[in-house]
Amino acid sequence: MEPLPSREIADMTGVEALPRKNGELVFDEAWQGRIFGMTVAMSHEACFAWREFQAHLIEEIAHAEREGEPSSYYERWLHAFEQLLADKGLLDAAALAERTRDFESGRRDDVF
Amino acid sequence: MSAAHDEHGHHHREPESVLSLRVRALESLLVEKKLVSSEAVDRLVSAYEQDIGPHHGAKVVARAWVDPAYRARLLADGTAAIEELGFGGVDLQVVENTPGVHNLVVCTLCSCYPHALIGLPPVWYKSFEYRSRAVREPRVVLREFGVDLPASTEIRIWDSSAELRYLVLPERPAGTERLSEAELAKLVTRDSMIGVAVAQPPAAAAR
Repeated sequence: MEPLPSREIADMTGVEALPRKNGELVFDEAWQGRIFGMTVAMSHEACFAWREFQAHLIEEIAHAEREGEPSSYYERWLHAFEQLLADKGLLDAAALAERTRDFESGRRDDVF
Repeated sequence: MSAAHDEHGHHHREPESVLSLRVRALESLLVEKKLVSSEAVDRLVSAYEQDIGPHHGAKVVARAWVDPAYRARLLADGTAAIEELGFGGVDLQVVENTPGVHNLVVCTLCSCYPHALIGLPPVWYKSFEYRSRAVREPRVVLREFGVDLPASTEIRIWDSSAELRYLVLPERPAGTERLSEAELAKLVTRDSMIGVAVAQPPAAAAR
């Protein structure tokens, strides 16, 4: 059997609690699962501590609520994750913008 | 991935969203930097989807519904019976709902719960309110969850502990004779295995 998921992640109970239905995680679109998985994977690899990401997520949700942004939970998660990676020097915003354009234009179609 | 269903059940492709493209770009950069692997992400997403939810418990219940011999073993020795299906790590007693008896599980002391079978407990399960009221006024609590039992139905309360966890075997919904075991498993919800819901037939479950 696979080890159980981390309680620290699954048991978040504040505004940052994972969206669930019947106890199961809800990913409305595939990208939501990808961004969730990437974040968990990098915390497992000790790129950052889960509570660091959690703090970013709480902050991002508070910001979005203040601004009245209609963004979804995982959109806010994505922003928080990008911000954390930038803070850690693990992600270059310009590189991400360029890579995103590559995917938009169809110049690139695979994540590898 | 971006296939969507419209009201008539047809499949059609939608243009990939801006967010989806951005997440793919991000994954490709992180993979390139060897900060993540796509396989690890696949594994984690599936582990969280499987283990956080009630899938294992639902399989146990569906097997008991289709296999009377398994059902008997499950009720006699829950721990051994779930091991037959590859699930374990918990001392388990399974309690069976019948037309005259409804079972309800609570942990009055803390939040003991059969995680290995039904995932992680919902927030209300851990609340002081549920822990105290489930014992004091179970019929009222059940009505609040949408389960209105006839006065003649006996309600049995099972207090989970660190040593022994309980799982409710809900009644198989009427009209499901033709369903396969896998289809039946989809009707088994987390709440029905705690006892705050009953398993619904497919039409009602889809609503």
